[in-house]
This record gives sequence, structure tokens and C-alpha cells, in this order.
Amino acid sequence: MTATPPAKPIKKRKIKLDEHLLAYRGVWVFIENERGHVHPVSWELMGQGRQLAEQLQVELCAVVMGAPGAELDALCESAFHYGADRCYRVASPVLRLYRNEPFTQALTGLVNAHKPEILLLGATALGRDLAGSVATTLKTGLTADCTELAIDPEDRCLLSTRPTFGGSLLCTIVTLNYRPQMATVRHRVMPMPEPQPERRGLIVDFDPGLVEDNVVTRLLEFLPDSQDNTPHLPYAEIVVSGGKGLGKAENFRLVWALADVLGAEVGATRAAIHAGWISADRQVGQTGKTVRPALYIAAGISGAIQHRVGMEASDCIIAINSDPNAPIFDFAHYGIVGDCVQVLPALTRAFARHLGKPVKEIA
Amino acid sequence: MHIVVCIKQVPDSAHIRVHPVTNTIMRQGVPAIINPYDLFAIEAALRLKDRLGGHVTVMSMGPTQAEPALRKAISLGCDDAILVTDRVFAGADTLATSYVLASAIRTLGQERPVDLVFTGKQTIDGDTAQVGPGIARRLDMQLLTYVSRIVEVDPAKRSIVVERRAEGGVQVLQTALPALVTMLEGSNEVRFASTPDMFRAVRATVRHWDRNDAGIEDIKQVGLKGSPTIVSRVFGPTPRAEKARQVPFDPADPDSTAASLLEQLLADVPKVRKELEQRRSPS
Ligand SMILES: Cc1cc2nc3c(=O)[nH]c(=O)nc-3n(C[C@H](O)[C@H](O)[C@H](O)COP(=O)(O)OP(=O)(O)OC[C@H]3O[C@@H](n4cnc5c(N)ncnc54)[C@H](O)[C@@H]3O)c2cc1C
Repeated sequence: MTATPPAKPIKKRKIKLDEHLLAYRGVWVFIENERGHVHPVSWELMGQGRQLAEQLQVELCAVVMGAPGAELDALCESAFHYGADRCYRVASPVLRLYRNEPFTQALTGLVNAHKPEILLLGATALGRDLAGSVATTLKTGLTADCTELAIDPEDRCLLSTRPTFGGSLLCTIVTLNYRPQMATVRHRVMPMPEPQPERRGLIVDFDPGLVEDNVVTRLLEFLPDSQDNTPHLPYAEIVVSGGKGLGKAENFRLVWALADVLGAEVGATRAAIHAGWISADRQVGQTGKTVRPALYIAAGISGAIQHRVGMEASDCIIAINSDPNAPIFDFAHYGIVGDCVQVLPALTRAFARHLGKPVKEIA
Repeated sequence: MHIVVCIKQVPDSAHIRVHPVTNTIMRQGVPAIINPYDLFAIEAALRLKDRLGGHVTVMSMGPTQAEPALRKAISLGCDDAILVTDRVFAGADTLATSYVLASAIRTLGQERPVDLVFTGKQTIDGDTAQVGPGIARRLDMQLLTYVSRIVEVDPAKRSIVVERRAEGGVQVLQTALPALVTMLEGSNEVRFASTPDMFRAVRATVRHWDRNDAGIEDIKQVGLKGSPTIVSRVFGPTPRAEKARQVPFDPADPDSTAASLLEQLLADVPKVRKELEQRRSPS
């Protein structure tokens, strides 16, 4: 009686789609845009969607919703550059800013009219809000926060992989007899594709039939964040992260010192954040940020799956851990078995010397 | 005002250990707690009751073992508790879970109309954030997710104003009751149980509702059967072909470990060499 999957694999599935669901074809990506800004996760999903569409030999379609105008049209063009064959343009003044009710109505309406087999959204505040509502309205399956998407060539099923609770395990979830198959993916989990400015595609307009007076919820105001302290973390090329193995709050300054010399961003595990050693916006992992740096240095981090999925796309991972059997050594590229309180300052000195920076005496 | 808070009992992730060989969770002895995010939902409901009066019912779908979580909620000040429990509910995914909870809330509404439903933003075990939106859709309630602050509730005008966390900022939204609100962590300071409430919690009856009591109309929509998603495979992460290359460490001489690592990085990892190159101070 739980939303978490059972621990044992289930016998080979049998897909038997209802007659009316057989017509569902194509891979769709919802292009999240607010105030003229496309969330980059949408383009990342287009890159992944392209691969899925090619395997299925179907079209990749972008769904662009918003107020009518040049901005929306430009979005369709961008969607083609990122790989869309077709773009569903859902233009209505009611869709100018995100609200759950009209967006749910418009997207479910579009799905019912044009019947995709796969619908992908970013696992953002907006994407999760919308995906949950749309999936329930359509009575279909939705898998949150996937770290991997693939197609089963035998039955065209979408295989959505995500970490399981607690354990160091992943599970693959499939939607059996319902379409579309829906999934959300977090920012930076998939690589950003290269846009191809010469690409063109077909725009298909869809009228969602929305009337402002029928929408109950009003957006009174939008208060932009004065500052996100860590806007650069997902894009940093070098990240130094600390975990529970640092032992105490004061030792986190060893992480900051190394990051300072390297011009790196600082990350952390959830355990370190729960300990109150560092602010929550620096969490790397399944419920934090996903990073894809050239170099990731992990100090005192065990390598739990929830942390791993947020950083394993790093080109080079260096792990410092006093336990030679720590799981992180299974996927790090370089390992140092030792006390991070000793190793970090030594690394800081070595990098500072190499980079020609002053070596401040630390610890 | 009648406020329903939906909560879930979850294993305390702080106590979870993974079996080193089988990679599975060792559940024995892991204490069960109220999903931490749900505590903010309970607190938000209780604060509204403190201000406006009314009745707070806490509800959970789960096995009978989940009863202590509901008692705990009563000790915090909830008036009434319902455990929606039936063997047919087992194996539910989020769609089937939202069906059961929505049915139970609808049934409860016949006793006493429901104005507001609160949930946590997500659970720490499933981590999907899908059940709240699911309930709202099924009950045709207005949905407000990731709410960081309840600005105002006006029972006479049947309206609610909240601040909702969005990408890059906060939306101030106004909508009509009945509404479903999912609360963000840190949105309030969760209270401690008072002594009288603790006594009340011990004696209180937690109502157990089976599928009939909950008013389930379509048995095909609950449990494993009513779940469109299934877990087809559970597996450990693929270890990389080779394990981490170990750089020997001598506590007496950490600097030579660092030097040796740096040398290897520069020799073997062009991307890192390039990054470091760009960071060299001109000298
Ligand atoms: C639903 C869910 C979501 C989660 N999301 C995230 C997430 O987004 N990000 C995240 O990070 N975690 C997440 N977690 C938590 C995750 O499961 C782990 O608990 C967490 O990553 C562990 O952090 P840690 O490695 O710092 O601590 P630990 O697992 O306690 O590891 C500490 C490590 O430090 C080593 N150590 C001890 N002393 C020293 C020393 N002196 N020098 C060097 N090494 C030392 C130990 O050998 C150990 O390996 C999530 C969990 C759940 C259930």
C-alpha cells in the first residue's frame, strides 16, 4: 500500500492496448516558457525526445503554449532548431502566465485531439504541477524525476528509470495499458543538444477554447527572486562537494577554500545540508541540483544513488573517503582513501601552486 | 471551515541502511514517521483553524500500522482522524492513490462539506509530488502547489490567497474554495504537541474506512489493478568498467598524494587540463 515500488522485479509484462489507444503515435515535449524565457530543461528533453522518436520512427513534436504573438512564434522556430518535426502552437491570451487550470485544460485537449504515445515535461515546479494534473485527467501513468528514458524495441514501451527509495537501486517503470506514457525529467539530467539553425518544421495550431472568465484562479502578482544564490551550480565546470564525512560544520570551510582556488562552485549532500552545514540550494542529487562539470571533487561523500544521479555525468570524479569500500569508489575516476580533513588542504595547496595563486594557510 | 489534511506514514530515511551485498533496503527496525513535508501541511491547517475556527480532519491511506501517524497528528491538534485502509488498496501507484483519497474526501464531505485540503509538497519515499494534483483534479478543486505562505483565507467570500514558489520567483495567486494546497517545506514552524492534546490523542478513535466506507465506486481503479504504471525492473547502478584509480595516501605526507593526483589529471584528462589552463593566473 505504497507509492514506492516493491523490491522485486515483476514478471514480463503484457501490453494490451485498447482499440482507441492504438492510434497514439509520436513523441511530445512540453516547452516550458514563462515571461519570454524557455526553461533549458525543455531543450534538453528535445535532445532526448529526438532519440526516442527516431527509435520509434515517429515525429518529435514540441508543444508551445502562451499568449499569441511574435514571442510564441519565435519559440516554435527555436523548437525546430532543437529537433522538432512539428510544433503544436496553442495560443490564447488566457495562457499568458502559468496557471494550473487553463494549462491543464489546453494540454489535455491537445493530447485528446492529436494523441501522442509519449509526453515529456521538465520536473520543475510548473512541470510537476501540470504533469500531475494532466495525467490524472487523462487517467494515464506518470513517472517523476526520471534519470534515464529508453524504448523497449519489442513493444514500443517507454522505459522510465528512476532511483528507488532509500536503497542504492534504480527501478524501471512502464505504463501498461494507457497512453500517452508521461514522464518528467529534471534540469541537467540530459545533455543539452546543439541547435541547428537551418532546421524547419510544421506548425499546427490548436485552439484550446479558453475563456478568461471561466478561469477561477487569478495571478495577482509575481515577485521575482531577488537572487538565486546558486544559479551557476548546474553549469559549473568544476564543483567541489562536501558530505557528512567532513565531520563538523567548521570543516566545510576546507571545501570552500579548495573551491575558491579552483574557481569552482560548492555542492553538498543532503546529509550535510540536514546537518545544517550549508544552505539547501547547494544540494546535489535527486532532490537537489544536477551538475555536469568537467571535474567533480567529492569529499566525505558515500555515493548514495540519490546523490549519484545528480553528478555522475561529470567527466572526471575524484572521491576522497576514509572507507575503501565506500560505494562512491565504484563510479569515481580517481580515489583517495583517507581523511578528507587532511586531503582537502593538500589539494588546495597543490592546485594553488599549479595555478599560480597565493597559498593561504588553511587548517 | 472544514479542512482535510492528507498525510502518509513513511520509513525514516535517516535510519535507513542499505544491505551492502544485496543493495536492498533493510527495513527492520526503521522507525516510521509522518512524511516530514506533511507536517507543514498539518501546521498550515491548524493555524487556519486557530485563526478562523473550524474542524481539521487528518486522513491517510495505508495499512493499519499507519494508525500511529494519525494519532500523532491528533496530538498536534487535529480534531479527527480517518485511516482509509483495505487490502484491495495495496500496490497503488499515485493515480490509484489519488482515486482512493479523493473518494474518501468526497464521502467525508457528505458529513461535513470540505473547504480546503492540505498535503505536503511530496513524500520522502515516493518523491513524486503527484498525489496532491491528482486529488484536486478528481474533486474538481482548485490546485495550489508548492505554497510557501497562506496570505489570506476569507470563508465568507470563499476565497484564498497564497504565495506559490515558481521558477525564478513567487506567484501570488487568488482562487476560490474549495481548493487543494500542497505546502512547501519550511513554510511554517511546526508546533509541539500540547499535553491535553497528547492525552486526547491516546483516547481518540481513529476511524478505519474500508472501500465501502470510503465510497469507492469503481474497484478497478484502486490498488495494483488501478495503477497504470508498474515496476518492470529493479537493479543496481552499473559499476563503471574499471573502479576508481587509487592515488595512494600517506597521512604523514598528504602533499605528495595531492601532487600525484594533479599530475595524473593533467596527463590523462584533457577536459580538466583545459579547465585548469583557463584558471591560471597570468604571471
Ligand atoms: C527520496 C530521497 C531523496 C534524496 N535526495 C538526495 C539528494 O538530492 N542529494 C543527496 O546528496 N542525497 C539525497 N538523499 C540522501 C541520500 O540517500 C544519502 O543519505 C546522502 O546522499 C548521504 O550523504 P553523505 O554521503 O554526505 O553521508 P553518508 O552516507 O553518511 O556518508 C558519509 C561518508 O563519509 C565518509 N567519511 C567519514 N569520515 C570521513 C573522513 N574523515 N574523511 C573522508 N571520508 C569520511 C564515510 O565513509 C561515508 O562514506 C535522498 C534520500 C532520499 C530517500
